[in-house]
Amino acid sequence: MNQWTNFTKGFIKENPVFVLLLGMCPTLGVTTSAINGIGMGLATTFVLVMSNVIISLIKNFIPSSVRIPSFIVIIATFVTIVDLSMKAYIPDLHAQLGLFIPLIVVNCIVLGRAEAFASKNNVVSSLIDGLSMGLGFAFALGLLGAVREILGAGSVFDFKFINPEADGILVFVLAPGAFIALGYLIALINSLRKS
Amino acid sequence: MEYIVIVISAIFVSNIVLAQFLGVCPFLGVSKKVSTSVGMGGAVLFVMTLATLVTYIIQTYILTPFDLEYMQTIVFILVIASLVQMVEIMLKKISPPLYQALGIFLPLITTNCAVLGVAILVITKEFNMMESLVFAVANAIGFTLALVLFAGLREHLDLMKVPKGMRGIPIALVTAGILALAFMGFANLV
Repeated sequence: MNQWTNFTKGFIKENPVFVLLLGMCPTLGVTTSAINGIGMGLATTFVLVMSNVIISLIKNFIPSSVRIPSFIVIIATFVTIVDLSMKAYIPDLHAQLGLFIPLIVVNCIVLGRAEAFASKNNVVSSLIDGLSMGLGFAFALGLLGAVREILGAGSVFDFKFINPEADGILVFVLAPGAFIALGYLIALINSLRKS
Repeated sequence: MEYIVIVISAIFVSNIVLAQFLGVCPFLGVSKKVSTSVGMGGAVLFVMTLATLVTYIIQTYILTPFDLEYMQTIVFILVIASLVQMVEIMLKKISPPLYQALGIFLPLITTNCAVLGVAILVITKEFNMMESLVFAVANAIGFTLALVLFAGLREHLDLMKVPKGMRGIPIALVTAGILALAFMGFANLV
């Protein structure tokens, strides 16, 4: 497959959040601001790329009957690496994302790509696939985080553009706003893709 | 008394799906019919209680004494995955009718982040064993409640005329948002 199309597919055409509807829990849970969304997206990208590379390297040595448990162990190893490094180097972001870092291990995108792509393709394609899907995920989370931050707090990347004393539409940074904002974003992207 | 507080806050105040966003995938995936959502709720109740009990025992008696806390994620997910497999095999043998009812939902539960989430939450909240069990059961009930309510709404939604771009997942997400808004009314209850 052409590597450029392999790389660009994750952003719109096969975007894991907007089109494939995978990984909904972190998508809704951490996107209270654009920074949090992008941080979560990049952490997932690291796990996705590394597990894709390792799985495509050792795919011929894994008996097919135990492949899912083996994939889970590989993924869980990289999730632990991310969890511990974020705790050490960026403790603030780690505290904000909290429970959702260890939960990357049950994110359907990671296991889904391992099973559907990395276990069938060579190392380079798997690496690019992981990068594409991961950055597409980070893009979606950043976009949703930005929308919620703009509407809910009146700021982008912590830069407040409304009266500093005033609040935004508070519901958008709370739980219900996550569902509503994502619903309208998907509707928008669906209609853009069709036209 | 504290058990009642745990139960009320897990079911209503910080509902696992609508306030904490754990288990959203099955919440959106298996909520087209009320009957299937009840089945999924039963399977989650079963697995979540068992998984929390087992992971709690492993954490307190193996990981903490031997300073292996950094292995938590790997150990917990393996325990849950094998537990689900075991429950499936045992149900098939012991109680075929229950297997008939819950069978198809069991494989889906391994990737249900609510199960792993509750197992980890119990450790971070430093509950004792009884509190952990109550917390797990209450969260499973909260999950089932949200799922069944949402399935009921979606059954009605199928009969409505929805604008073209909003059909399917978008309108379901907005409906879930309004349901979450209703659950916010329980804030400050405990």
